[in-house]
Amino acid sequence: MPHYVLFALIVVAGTGGELCVSRAMQVAGEVPSFRPADIAKVIARAMRVPWMWLGLGMMAAAFFALLGALSIYNVSFVVPVTALSYVAGALGGVTFLRERVSSHRWLGVLLVAIGVTLVFLGQN
Amino acid sequence: MTSKKRLHLQTYLLIALMAIAGPLGNVLLGKGMKHIGELSVWPLSDLFHTGLKIFASGSVWLGIASLIGFFVAYMLALSLADYSFVQPASSLAYGVVALLGHLMLGERVSPLRWAGIAVICLGVLVVGRTNPRTTERV
Repeated sequence: MPHYVLFALIVVAGTGGELCVSRAMQVAGEVPSFRPADIAKVIARAMRVPWMWLGLGMMAAAFFALLGALSIYNVSFVVPVTALSYVAGALGGVTFLRERVSSHRWLGVLLVAIGVTLVFLGQN
Repeated sequence: MTSKKRLHLQTYLLIALMAIAGPLGNVLLGKGMKHIGELSVWPLSDLFHTGLKIFASGSVWLGIASLIGFFVAYMLALSLADYSFVQPASSLAYGVVALLGHLMLGERVSPLRWAGIAVICLGVLVVGRTNPRTTERV
């Protein structure tokens, strides 16, 4: 398996998983208090939302891809590259959720992309 | 006044915990996985053996525990403070992970990689500052 597939999985499945879990939590509703009984009730409600299972599956896939990448590359290389999820998040927000991303935010995303490129170039 | 001060102190302590536990978790995962070596996932019997090796690694379990600690601290911090206040802590994590990788695992981090990490931290900081303030704290 080509190694860049691992990085693509970490970024895409990780970001997608978070989006699905947020969607599920919106359906499940707010936590009324931090009492264990209330938290358990919200979790039980969230587990009945299919988005939650899709999200958890994607996050698990991202986690195992992270383990795979860490078995090959240094952690000081792998973790900075996963910052690409900020780029994926902005692009996904614009294309899938039709969010409006401010120019300020694009600047941050651009800086992250430049930083990841430098990390790649600095991989002797 | 004093309870407000205590709230601030708690938030900063939680953010400090996040900035250490998250990177530490990743470095411990890295330590365990480097020890195991490149993974073989095919044929399926190899995948099974790989899975066994991963879950028999103490470093991997310590890393998972540390990441759970990070997650709990993150949730608690978000319950006390705004996301836009807590989020910049995740930009620190990219620097801390490289530092810990260098100190604990002896990884060589080239100057260009340090520069890249600094630019990433800056970018994450800029992204975090764009979040609109949604609620006024009372």
